[in-house]
Amino acid sequence: MIESALNLKPIVFAILAIGAAIVFAGCPNNASGQIAVRGETVHTMAGAPIPDGVVLIRDGKIERVGPASQVIIPDGYKVLNAKVVTPGLIDAHTVVGLSGYLNQTQEQDQLEGSTPIQPELRAIDAYNAQERLVEWLRGFGITTVHTGHGPGALVSGQTMIVKTTGDDSPASLISAEAMIAVTLGADGLGKAGKSPGTRSKAVAMLRADLQRAVEYDTKMKGPEDKRPPRDLHLEALARVIRREVPLLINVQRNYDILSALRLAKEFNIKIVLDGASEAYMVVDQIKAANVPVIIHPTMARNLGEEENLSLETASILRKAGILVALQSGYEGYVPKTRVVLFEAGVAAANGLSFAEALGTITIDAAKLLGIANRVGSLEAGKDADVALYDGDPFEYTTHATGVIIDGKVVSQEVR
Amino acid sequence: MKKALSLICALMALSLSVLAQERPQAYVGARVIPINGAPIENGVIVVQRGKIIAVGASGSTTIPADAETHDVTGKVMMPGLVDSHSHIGGPAGGDSSSPIQPDARVFDSLNPLDPTLKRARAGGVTTANVMPGSGHLLSGQTVYIKLRNVTAMDDLVIRDAQGNGMGGMKMANGTNSIRQAPFPGTRAKSVALMREQLIKAQEYREKIRKAEGDKDKMPARDLAMEGLVEVLDGKRIVHFHTHRHDDILSVLRLSKEFGFRVVLHHVTEGYKVADQIAAAKVSCSLTIVDSPGGKLETMDSEFQDAAILDRAGVVIAINTDDPITDSRFLMRSAALTVRGGLSREKALYGLTMAGAIMLDLGNRVGSLEAGKDADFLVLSGDPLSVYTHVLQTYVEGKKVFDRTDPKDLLFATGGYGASKGDMDMDDDGDGGER
Repeated sequence: MIESALNLKPIVFAILAIGAAIVFAGCPNNASGQIAVRGETVHTMAGAPIPDGVVLIRDGKIERVGPASQVIIPDGYKVLNAKVVTPGLIDAHTVVGLSGYLNQTQEQDQLEGSTPIQPELRAIDAYNAQERLVEWLRGFGITTVHTGHGPGALVSGQTMIVKTTGDDSPASLISAEAMIAVTLGADGLGKAGKSPGTRSKAVAMLRADLQRAVEYDTKMKGPEDKRPPRDLHLEALARVIRREVPLLINVQRNYDILSALRLAKEFNIKIVLDGASEAYMVVDQIKAANVPVIIHPTMARNLGEEENLSLETASILRKAGILVALQSGYEGYVPKTRVVLFEAGVAAANGLSFAEALGTITIDAAKLLGIANRVGSLEAGKDADVALYDGDPFEYTTHATGVIIDGKVVSQEVR
Repeated sequence: MKKALSLICALMALSLSVLAQERPQAYVGARVIPINGAPIENGVIVVQRGKIIAVGASGSTTIPADAETHDVTGKVMMPGLVDSHSHIGGPAGGDSSSPIQPDARVFDSLNPLDPTLKRARAGGVTTANVMPGSGHLLSGQTVYIKLRNVTAMDDLVIRDAQGNGMGGMKMANGTNSIRQAPFPGTRAKSVALMREQLIKAQEYREKIRKAEGDKDKMPARDLAMEGLVEVLDGKRIVHFHTHRHDDILSVLRLSKEFGFRVVLHHVTEGYKVADQIAAAKVSCSLTIVDSPGGKLETMDSEFQDAAILDRAGVVIAINTDDPITDSRFLMRSAALTVRGGLSREKALYGLTMAGAIMLDLGNRVGSLEAGKDADFLVLSGDPLSVYTHVLQTYVEGKKVFDRTDPKDLLFATGGYGASKGDMDMDDDGDGGER
């Protein structure tokens, strides 16, 4: 397979060379290297797009951003040119790295089915940084992923936030425990007669465990001799109770969304709605609860629980003032992952403006994930995560032509 | 009285629609992409009685004096899309009783009112090859349909000059059809089982030939053998699901041995054996997916597949394999092949004419030419742009989708009631896959 991919490369480049607008001057790949990215249009996501803009990068961080007329490229900087430059993209929820591309049992670590509630399962213990799908997403300009345990169990485990560098260095990890993944509705029910067998039972089981976590948390704050033995399960849920970690609730039906909101209110916990294909039916309630939404992939199939999804939901929620980010989600078959760049493009064709759509995979995703201090826009001081394109990034026929993470050029492939 | 009134109303509506078909309809001012020729910047398309009667540039194309004129300035018009591989309408071919079921007709399972057909119209699909799944070596007879707005399956089918419903035969190799006995356990067994049945069909055909019409000498009628004889006689094109390069070569070998006409479907690793496919003069209907993998056979999928096959001289069509790609995103699939290096012209050809030829419908659909069926689209912009919407879809001159109609728009955007949601990725419920 590797051999054939290598054989293909010269052909691919021959075909695409004409269309590729980017010119790589030299081969900057030094982490501490100084790079200047010059774009005919630079979408900083922190203000209006800059025509003929420059992004200066030094020591892995963005040094300066502005129009070429004001930002002079100092000597010694490697210059990369592109038609369009954006911040490195963020996939606000995926399972890549846990769910492998071959779809074989031994590399499907996004879901463990022995018991329905397992908040103690850590994503970092299953993430494969060198998984091909991580590389695949990176090639399109996706530099940060919120990945981890998938939908399909009442509580499937934790999630993490990581750069798509493909290396295993701790520096790539942004958050080891981002959220705890929950699934409500039919997709979260037990298989083969196992509990939870109904929606009511699922919510009852979750409430019972959250209540135990409240008690555990109280006892753990008490005198040392009266503390219960350490319990990984309750320890994880206690962080939810303390509002340190949100529940990422995968839920599709309008009435299940209301169940999720009810749960958040009852336990005063932070939640993020995930999928939420019928969110357009309960916009006011979501807005009133001030809950953000990581909406399903725009092109997700309208099957099963997602039968009523709409291409316009991201737009409807955004217009209501709800914080929305896009996800590639979980795919059980072909394609094994979606690409948020494509999903955002279709959202831009169905109600979102270009800037709003780009926001769902950059700055708004960063805000939703609580990482906007580091990524999501091109601003001085932020991580130097940059994506380069040879045209409107949302157009199907445009190519990603370069990707930079933490100031290091990680892809020069024309994809 | 009430009954009589509604009867009169119905008759009036009928005569009006007949009238609408009788009166020429001229669509004027759009950028016309005829497929068989260069795009026309300010074009005219005239249709009447379900057929195209003229296509050309404004000014130099005669519009009949009695024609009703539609101003489509600023829009783009192209032929209706031909989806050479689709599972809309809830097709279910063979069941789990055996791996080879040439007697199973997917025709007998389709629901013309299924929402998937409405979404296909919203996506600009006007002709489709609806197939059973790939969980069998041979899962049954496929059916070629027009996306007419009708309620009976019989009215959906495309018929040949003799009035017979048209369709192909679905075969598959690779891992989807490798299952518990009586299904094959290996690739070699898969080919052996298929060869065995094709040889039986050759013998069955020979018996019929020798009987020379003598009833007493005729073999007992065998519906499965009849289906395979149609394959051997080239009356039924084999639509062969195949991914891996060696499986592709197995199809070419089988096709050569038995002389059947074949179109390769999916052809994920076609780029690895492009020259062999070209030498066999076999065309390919490609399914484009957003990432590699999902199963072992698609681990090496590449956007460049179409471009490499095209350079080798292979004719390429683009399909949805709906629900793998929703029918509303067929044009997107073609655009992704352009991203992978295919020319725009070839990609547009792959959405229309190439598929038409693969279904033996090249003289009827797939391009905007006088004499062909009036299957066409009005688009808001370039067919390969993400921002473009299908505004109207016409089948045989009749509008079957209009984005300004809220009832139709629901199936373009999705929303409450746009789907039944009960379609499984796996149509026979016993482990088979698309």
